Amino acid sequence: MTTQRLARQITRPIMYLMLVLMAIFYLLPIYVLLVTGLKSFAEVDLQRMWDLPSAIYFENFLAAYENLAPHLWNSLRLVIPSSIISSMVGSVNGYVFSKWKFKASDAIFTLILFGMFIPYQSILIPLVQFMERLGLRGSITGLILVHVIYGIPITTLIFRNYYAGVPTEMLEAGRIDGAGMLGLYRWIVFPLSIPGFVVVLIWQFTQAYNDFLFAVVLTKNTTWPVTVALNNMAGSQIVQWNVQMAGALLAALPTLLIYIFLGRFFLRGLMAGALKG
Amino acid sequence: MSASQYVDTMEAAAGRLPERRRTVFSDRAISIALVIPSIIAIAIFVYGFIGWSLRVSLSEWTGLIPDYTFAGLRQYAELLDDRRFAIDVRNTAIFTVLFLAASLSIGLYLAVLLDQRLKGENLFRSIFLFPMAISFIVTGVAWRWLMTSATGTRISGLNLLFQNLGLDFLINKWHLTDPPWGIAFIVIPAVWQMSGFTMALYLGGLRSISEDLREAARVDGAGEFQIYRYIIMPLLRPVTLSAIIILGHISLKIFDLIVAISQNNIALDVPGVYMWRTTFDGNNYGQGAAIGIFMLVTVALLIIPYMVYSMRTETEL
Repeated sequence: MTTQRLARQITRPIMYLMLVLMAIFYLLPIYVLLVTGLKSFAEVDLQRMWDLPSAIYFENFLAAYENLAPHLWNSLRLVIPSSIISSMVGSVNGYVFSKWKFKASDAIFTLILFGMFIPYQSILIPLVQFMERLGLRGSITGLILVHVIYGIPITTLIFRNYYAGVPTEMLEAGRIDGAGMLGLYRWIVFPLSIPGFVVVLIWQFTQAYNDFLFAVVLTKNTTWPVTVALNNMAGSQIVQWNVQMAGALLAALPTLLIYIFLGRFFLRGLMAGALKG
Repeated sequence: MSASQYVDTMEAAAGRLPERRRTVFSDRAISIALVIPSIIAIAIFVYGFIGWSLRVSLSEWTGLIPDYTFAGLRQYAELLDDRRFAIDVRNTAIFTVLFLAASLSIGLYLAVLLDQRLKGENLFRSIFLFPMAISFIVTGVAWRWLMTSATGTRISGLNLLFQNLGLDFLINKWHLTDPPWGIAFIVIPAVWQMSGFTMALYLGGLRSISEDLREAARVDGAGEFQIYRYIIMPLLRPVTLSAIIILGHISLKIFDLIVAISQNNIALDVPGVYMWRTTFDGNNYGQGAAIGIFMLVTVALLIIPYMVYSMRTETEL
């Protein structure tokens, strides 16, 4: 026992040291983004990238915000409706696929699930043609539709797994009391769904906000969400690197805040992506 | 007899069968009606569009106007001879192998460290996981400035940090290293972003292994290392499988990170980027569709066996 305690006294500090070293690796990019963003234009210098700012300035953030503001706004106009619609669709689907199985429903569910893994390059040409024909290419509405549809597999999966935990006896009891399929949803299933909704809302918010591929082919310069705008800003020779860094931090902020305040739910959505996780 | 059948029988005995039957039938109809829109949407946007892409990939279509003249497998044959596509396949292979190896080992390493019930566990876990919330574009922009290859008086980024710390032997050209190894450096930001996820998966697995099991092994005289080697690692195999599937399909589809870091550098090209450039910049729709279908096949080879396995074990439970 004493040797074990001694061993712990030696290994603990080593383990902390390893954890701290790893933490530095994960925080390094954020450190650079932050100190660069907070320097004055005069102080910005690639060769002094790692130095702390002598005083706090917001010039870089203001310059980046001027560039990105309309696109941040586009992102929110895109992400808020699409995550709300996605979660409602997912909830109804999950309810049916877990509690109202019909002939071949499991097979159909599996086919739906496959849609979550496909590389979107394999449907991109028809998608662009189709949206063009519907007159939705270039609009935020079109992009919302696309995120809702390609979000069906994951949102259905999360809610189906979630509702699998609602005891069937509860629904049976509701049925004996005379509730139909919709009544059971309204009075029993939906009120129990709040945590499921939080997980799916956060997941879809993050997915749609961070998307680049759909956005880059389906929007135009007035409707670009922030990911596309940031990439174009970073690719141009005109915008200084320090403004790019501030822009990157600005663009990361909405999902970072969600992660900081609602990380627990974020993690659950992540795990659902691992199918059986 | 299930409760619902029991209710049906009781209601039949009470002479109320027709009404009950009708409600049960209409409940079924409602439930199917509720999922039909989603089923149709997926049927069109996933399966219909895959079929449509396949048709484009078998056509002559180059230029802005659709041209479905049948070209057989010409687009695919041309890809086989295409030097850029050969670079893409090689890059994907290098990237996938290194990305999986690094994410799995770092993820497991972090999970085992955090499983020691040290103080500050939550803080460390949050630090390792937060990059997951950020888009690949942001990650790419940040890391492009960290991985600058300039040397001498213009040295900056991580190279500058290494110089300041006296670690000059670590200074290198990062993703601008001569092909094929430039792509290996793009694994670093990818691992930065995704290893926390692997850690979370492993930590979940470790926490589900009961303390009793470890205690029993300790009583039998096993050391901590042996416990990990012979008891815990075999139990974590399903977690490793899940992680390989998730990270593997992300890696085969990698796109935004490469776009943000490489800014059109052919040496760092991957199929996802090539498809996008050749289709929407070059108007080579037939070729773009062929690359898209190629990507689908590689991902399907990974995903379908796993889905079949997953569904089977689920029905067994």
